Amino acid sequence: MSGPAVTAAIVVTYILRRLIAAVVLLLVVSMVVFAIFYLFPRWAGATPETLATRYVGRSATAATVKQTAQSLGFYDPVWLQYWHWLKAVFVGQDYNMGAEVEHCPAPCFGFSFQSKSPVWPDIVNRAPVTFSLAAGASILWLFAGVATGVVSALRRGSFFDRAAMSVALGGVSLPIFFTGLIGLAFFSYKIPVFASGGSYTPITHNPLTWAYDLLLPWITLAFLFSAQYARLTRAGMLETMNEDYIRTARAKGLPERAVVVRHGLRGALTPILTIFGLDLGLLLGGAVLTEKTFSLNGLGKYTVDAIENQDLPRILGVTLVAAFFIVMANLVVDLLYAVVDPRVRR
Amino acid sequence: MRTGRPARVVIAAVATLGLAACAGGGGSSSSSSSSGGTTKAAFNAAVKGVFNPSDKKGGIVKFADEGEPDSTDPGDTYYGYMWDFIRLYTRSLTMFTVAPGDKSNKLVGDLAEGLGQASDGGKTWTYKLRSGLKFEDGTAITSKDVKYGIERSTDKATFPDGPTYYDSLLNWPKGWAGPYKSKGMNTDSAISTPDDLTIVFHLKAPFSGFDYLAMTPQSAPVPQAKDTGAKYKEHVVSSGPYMFDTYQSGKSFTLKRNPNWSAATDPNRKALPDGYEYDMNVNSDDIDNRIAAGDLDIAAVGTGVTPATQSRVLSDPTLKARADNATLARLWYTSINPTVKPFDNINCRIAVEYAMDRTSYQTAYGGPFAGGDLATTLLPPVIPGYKKFDDYPSQGGKGDLAKAKEYLGKCGQPNGFSTNISFRNERPKEKATAEAWQQQLAKVGIKVTPKGYSKKDYFSTYAGNPPYVVKNDLGLVVNGWGADWNDGYGFLSQITDSRVIRDTGGSSNTSVRIPEVDQLLDQAANELNVEKRNAIWGEIDKKVMDQAVIYPGVYAKSLLLRGKALTNVFVNQQFGMYDYVSLGKP
Repeated sequence: MSGPAVTAAIVVTYILRRLIAAVVLLLVVSMVVFAIFYLFPRWAGATPETLATRYVGRSATAATVKQTAQSLGFYDPVWLQYWHWLKAVFVGQDYNMGAEVEHCPAPCFGFSFQSKSPVWPDIVNRAPVTFSLAAGASILWLFAGVATGVVSALRRGSFFDRAAMSVALGGVSLPIFFTGLIGLAFFSYKIPVFASGGSYTPITHNPLTWAYDLLLPWITLAFLFSAQYARLTRAGMLETMNEDYIRTARAKGLPERAVVVRHGLRGALTPILTIFGLDLGLLLGGAVLTEKTFSLNGLGKYTVDAIENQDLPRILGVTLVAAFFIVMANLVVDLLYAVVDPRVRR
Repeated sequence: MRTGRPARVVIAAVATLGLAACAGGGGSSSSSSSSGGTTKAAFNAAVKGVFNPSDKKGGIVKFADEGEPDSTDPGDTYYGYMWDFIRLYTRSLTMFTVAPGDKSNKLVGDLAEGLGQASDGGKTWTYKLRSGLKFEDGTAITSKDVKYGIERSTDKATFPDGPTYYDSLLNWPKGWAGPYKSKGMNTDSAISTPDDLTIVFHLKAPFSGFDYLAMTPQSAPVPQAKDTGAKYKEHVVSSGPYMFDTYQSGKSFTLKRNPNWSAATDPNRKALPDGYEYDMNVNSDDIDNRIAAGDLDIAAVGTGVTPATQSRVLSDPTLKARADNATLARLWYTSINPTVKPFDNINCRIAVEYAMDRTSYQTAYGGPFAGGDLATTLLPPVIPGYKKFDDYPSQGGKGDLAKAKEYLGKCGQPNGFSTNISFRNERPKEKATAEAWQQQLAKVGIKVTPKGYSKKDYFSTYAGNPPYVVKNDLGLVVNGWGADWNDGYGFLSQITDSRVIRDTGGSSNTSVRIPEVDQLLDQAANELNVEKRNAIWGEIDKKVMDQAVIYPGVYAKSLLLRGKALTNVFVNQQFGMYDYVSLGKP
């Protein structure tokens, strides 16, 4: 096999191994979540009826509680409940809606205990909101953060550097529900520059309105993250710009811009890429505080509501989705290392 | 009905900082408001009267909910605000008069021509439906549809959230498990329909308040052919002036006019707006800001503004002129458990009644505006049968420590004793109340230790579980109750009847075990004369207070904010919030 073919085979094998590991990880995550919500309470003395009381109305009789426990499968052993859930993910499941039976096609993450609606369509409906929020904010924070960090590093000790790092400190310190609510109060209600909370138009309906509705959440979220990236980039740049190869590049007569971008920034990008992967992966699972603050019905809000209501099917569904995105984001980041840092290829 | 807010202290505090900087945002409150109304905008303008009366049709009324309704299905909802809202797309046999103040206590016919005709001593109730009633698809509404709506609501496995009055009061056949599991079973022993416009209810025992039951959304008609069980909530077939247009689970839904609703058959509803928008899962602080700014009309849950907004509303004259401080049919109280020593001695219970400072209770609940008025009786003033009295008076409601010590001596505990008090962890006001008890009772030597529990299991496993209460020394239980309807039965039956107390837990009544009270409740259930019935409620109240098994804290109130552009705004005393059926747009 030739060199490129060997490299391709290595990369493919690497990706396959990581994907298999991801599947195993997701299985483990699902088991842990199941255990937390079902096994541990059982060990603590909870009965199927006490578990079912969470999902009945306030006037529920003992018979109602028993019926609910029955219909939610609480009388089955925990391993059997888990098996039913796992099987449904791959082959689907039928659910008794009372007047009719509804088939939940694969991937079926069960029906919400609270709302009795299937979990997967709920997740799919909410995912675009979270993706839109994460995508826009990440582009903003990456450019703003990296650019600020680069300039700060190059103008170390200057007024810009000090001002930028002070603002960065503010961004890192101020919680998003503070900046978000202030932003809404001033720029949506007092001076209507941005859309009000709860506004979301799908990009497929109108891209311009979509962007307008999300501008304030993007800016608020980006303010928080870009602060970290500015500081990280500045630190990385300060380190790499003192390397010997930078001096060599300058000595060779390369334009300063090329020195900074192709050599300096490139060397500083590796940790930024790592953090970006983690941050983006986490956000894709749901920007909880941002969505809650701006009343955006994304995965983050869905998660919080599910936890408040101890709605296990929903919790399981979003947990797995979030874990999946984190795992994928890390995989992509690891693959990008080879692109960014030639040393990794060797 | 669910009324508590999840604790969001930090967000509330932050919002206060931010919003205080823009006090005065958004409102104009002149007597001739921008909406063109004729009523001067003033604090409490909509409590006893109609603010901005108008018959103008058109516009879309916008609602926002900080969470989600328990269900939009009339057979499966128990939230007070849904019982208010659901009247837009469903009609029940009876309804409360759509009017402000005491007038809303009066029941009138909705689907039915009038109130029920009682016979057989109150064991049989007959209703005649109006003629010309239609569903949204133009098919006629018959008594069988009303019967089916009630039948399906008894399937608690499919519809676990609604009330269980029909389940327990009607004479269902043996083995009845709802129409899905008991297909084809004859249920004429519970509900019979001699013709398309007549429906007859057969009860196991006399019940004088059946017209109140007939008011509940469960008596909304449901066409059996279009019943989709647990999915029905996604498109309830309308019998009201509006019908579902769009529905996105957990996100929003919209209502549009029902072309087959006839005003001629519905003297209770004006149906002024062209439609409604209902957004779910909206940040509660954002809801208040949007109402203040005029971007939103109504906070659907109707329990009042957030603590952060409250201070802003009360300090800003413009916003205060748009606010209403509604009194609710709800009491925040503490149960004093006679099953826990030394509270088995009435004098120890009386000592605690005298010792507690009611004003600290009020403060714990948010003060006079958001918390409520000092309570000395079990029945709130809005419940018929209420009589003002105070068995354990003290100066300014601050407690009488001397009297408390006197009764401690009588019960053999002159130096005090130790006990525990339970509260729900998710309710900061209850935690504050428990701490107020701790501080105040320490002054007479009673050591109170607060114990927090999850709200979901509070009554089923802990404070409402008698063996647990005794084992864990829960002498005091922070509690609260809101009437399902403003009637003594609706308020008292679940919190004073000893027969609802189960060893398996689940009852809100943790302390009242008075045989005479049980007898009075049965007597009232059989009493068809309204004045006599109301007198019995008052008698029950006095007996419970005489036995000192409940410490009434505050009659709940809420601070509501009127939308900027709304007409016909008034507080419906039954729901303790704005009447959603009457609203219009200028």
